[in-house]
Amino acid sequence: MLYTITLYTSLAIFVAGLIYRISNWFRYSIGTDAADITASTRASAAVGGITSTIFSAKIGILLKVFLLDVLLQAWLLKKDFLRWLAHICIYGGFMLLLLMHGLDKFITSVVFDNYYSTLNPFMFLRDFFGLVVIVGVGIAIYRRLLSKGPRPQSTGVDYYAIIILAVIMISGVILEGTKIVSNSRYQEMVDEYAGLDEEETEDLMALGAYWVQKFGVVSRDIKGPFDKNTLQQGKQLHEMSCAECHSRPQWAFMGYGASRVMSPMASLLDRANIHTLLWYIHFLACFFGLAYLPFSKFFHIFSTPVYLLANAVKKEGKSDPANMATLRAIEMDACTHCGDCTTRCSVAVAFNEISNPNILPHEKLAAFRRLLSGRGLSKKTLMAIQEGSYICTDCHRCTDVCPIGINLEDLWLNLKAHLAELGYTKPEAWAREAIGAEFNLVKLKDKTLSLTPVDKGFVGELTGSAQASTFSVCFGCQNCTNVCPVVGNYENPKEMVGLLPHEIMHCLALKHKELALGSKMLWDCVTCYVCQEHCPQGVRVTDVLYQLKNLALKHLKEKAA
Amino acid sequence: MKFALFLGCNIPVRLKHYESASRAVLRELDVELVDIAEFNCCGYPLRNIDLKAFVLSSARNLALAERENLNMIILCKCGYGTLRMADHLIREDARLREDVNRTLAKEGLSYNGDIQVKHILSVLFNDVGIGVIKEKITRPYENLKIATHYGCHALRPSNIVQFDDPVAPSLFDQLVEVTGAESVDWSTKLDCCGGPLLGTNDELSLDFTEKKLADARMAGAHYLTTGCTFCQVQFDTVQKMVATEKGTNHHVPSILYPQLLGLCMGIDKNVLGLDCNQIDITGIEGFLAPEPLAESG
Repeated sequence: MLYTITLYTSLAIFVAGLIYRISNWFRYSIGTDAADITASTRASAAVGGITSTIFSAKIGILLKVFLLDVLLQAWLLKKDFLRWLAHICIYGGFMLLLLMHGLDKFITSVVFDNYYSTLNPFMFLRDFFGLVVIVGVGIAIYRRLLSKGPRPQSTGVDYYAIIILAVIMISGVILEGTKIVSNSRYQEMVDEYAGLDEEETEDLMALGAYWVQKFGVVSRDIKGPFDKNTLQQGKQLHEMSCAECHSRPQWAFMGYGASRVMSPMASLLDRANIHTLLWYIHFLACFFGLAYLPFSKFFHIFSTPVYLLANAVKKEGKSDPANMATLRAIEMDACTHCGDCTTRCSVAVAFNEISNPNILPHEKLAAFRRLLSGRGLSKKTLMAIQEGSYICTDCHRCTDVCPIGINLEDLWLNLKAHLAELGYTKPEAWAREAIGAEFNLVKLKDKTLSLTPVDKGFVGELTGSAQASTFSVCFGCQNCTNVCPVVGNYENPKEMVGLLPHEIMHCLALKHKELALGSKMLWDCVTCYVCQEHCPQGVRVTDVLYQLKNLALKHLKEKAA
Repeated sequence: MKFALFLGCNIPVRLKHYESASRAVLRELDVELVDIAEFNCCGYPLRNIDLKAFVLSSARNLALAERENLNMIILCKCGYGTLRMADHLIREDARLREDVNRTLAKEGLSYNGDIQVKHILSVLFNDVGIGVIKEKITRPYENLKIATHYGCHALRPSNIVQFDDPVAPSLFDQLVEVTGAESVDWSTKLDCCGGPLLGTNDELSLDFTEKKLADARMAGAHYLTTGCTFCQVQFDTVQKMVATEKGTNHHVPSILYPQLLGLCMGIDKNVLGLDCNQIDITGIEGFLAPEPLAESG
């Protein structure tokens, strides 16, 4: 009952999730050319595109990609043998388990007349496939322990999927072990299939002896050593009633191994009905995994092959723009979060100092997906995505290294355009306006400034570094302002840039944070270092301005938090 | 002579010809280049955002070169200035040095200040030498006038970058003149190209660019020459953009110095990427001295 209800519930969630995720491919609008194409146009273009591709010479390309890239994952083999081995073991082993064991009612028993899960080769293969998955996971862990260098972050999403997989595998093996040793399970089978009455105690003893001896059953009443005749008699009974469905459990080497470990406490486990409990855990974990799949990292089982196939037959500039827009949306889901891009990223090193995960490309892609989903993101989150987007130097390395060929560079440009539409432009340009609006110098025009220190802590942040603290030796000669090419560019520089360089140095002496951070001069500084070169006092004017920019951006970040 | 070649982020994507031209010229002059694939961002774009992130980013590059026991050669002036600045800050500030090295240690790296950071122009001038270059020149230019653009971040702050005299530099002019070209006098020679403000304040950025282009034109220059990624993008890509958008065409195309030098050394123009510039510079071949006639008996 519980089995049926949970099966159909999780199946329903799975299907709904799949439809939802796939519908995103037609709804997510990335890039200016995608903005005017409706979801329904894109869906029908996709159907048209798929149909015309299948009935054209391109079917050859699709078949080749499906065989080499989807099934055999040749792209990964080219990159790294061990990683390919790990992935193919996990994915291949699990798929075979799913097909042969998970869906045995629908597939294996239909294909093979003599199918019983406890009969070879099926019994052996189930454990073998399980072992393949475990070997794959082992290689993956080994690789991770061995690798040095900046590691891509693993997030909760990555771990949940792995935890569910582990629960399914481990509960399966232990379940098998408890069933092997279970006396009650043995008795049920005898009652049902042996055709022996309770009075035929000798036969029952003989069969029991044979199963204890050869099949690992642990019984309180029947214990060895047994004489040859009893075992011989048991063997005959076994061959009559049991052998048709039962191979020796040693073939299920993992479950059998588990059963040997458990055998000393087998009776206890049996009385507690542990195998039923494990069975619940096993199938509930499977169903939970099924329902969670469309929302997890494992959705890439569907999205990545679709992307690989579609990407192989697209033609830049020739394919229908509607389909190109859809392909960009699929890229969002095709990312497997492998982190290759981050390992190669030119600015990932900055993450050590600026703890914003959006600096790392594989995290930035996930953030872009959240942005597209239309969920209202907070100002703080948007600023974090903005910061990550603009720390990126567009060096193209992520795109070159992506194992499945996602055009990340193109996505980053589109992400910036998307952010700009929401009002989040390049942080420097954005800060120029944002902080100018906050610390409005115009308001102070006719006021007399207070000479009492305004913000001691603020100046403390500057005196912390050798270069920025040099402002304190400024004696106001105005050389910096006189040689500044930005000041010289304007007839009315004060109106254009706010405070002039020497005035900013003066503000720092007065510890006047608002004035120093609010001047547009900070952002209009072209960093030519002419001022610094010409300062007779050795004030590192340009470097002071650099650090004021750092402080202004930090201030805006803290304000949004 | 052996250096670790630092390309930065932009050259491999947007100025591939700067790389190929530099490699070709340096090979001719027996400068050996080593590629370090792990190099990352020089730190320049991080300077506005966070001082420590910038220093760390630079330091990782310095540490990688130090691990190979190689001095660095930089093609970009902003990258050069940034790496020199970081190098200076790390030497100057013990606490910063400790912080940086603690982070680098996670990767088994450290920076102890044992290498030199050099710009390609100073390598050519100081390490190779004008005399050696001159010997390699097969077809010098004739009647060619070049406006030499020094680039801010190589010149200033002079006590840190130590490239040349910040007020009256001559290194780049001498490198230009050895090719046979004339390095013209122009008043804005040492001024900024406007590049750093592109994307932050485009109008101001272009004011700088246009002022320089107009000045170079006034001085009678046929071409500008640069030794920096950002300056070149500004005088090539951006100049073309402005010419199309505003119709203000000063017609002073910009050539990268290794292209200028390589051509008169007889290096194949395809290797130098003469066709890769946004604004056509192929006309410069017309200034080359006639090819020496094959000696006939």
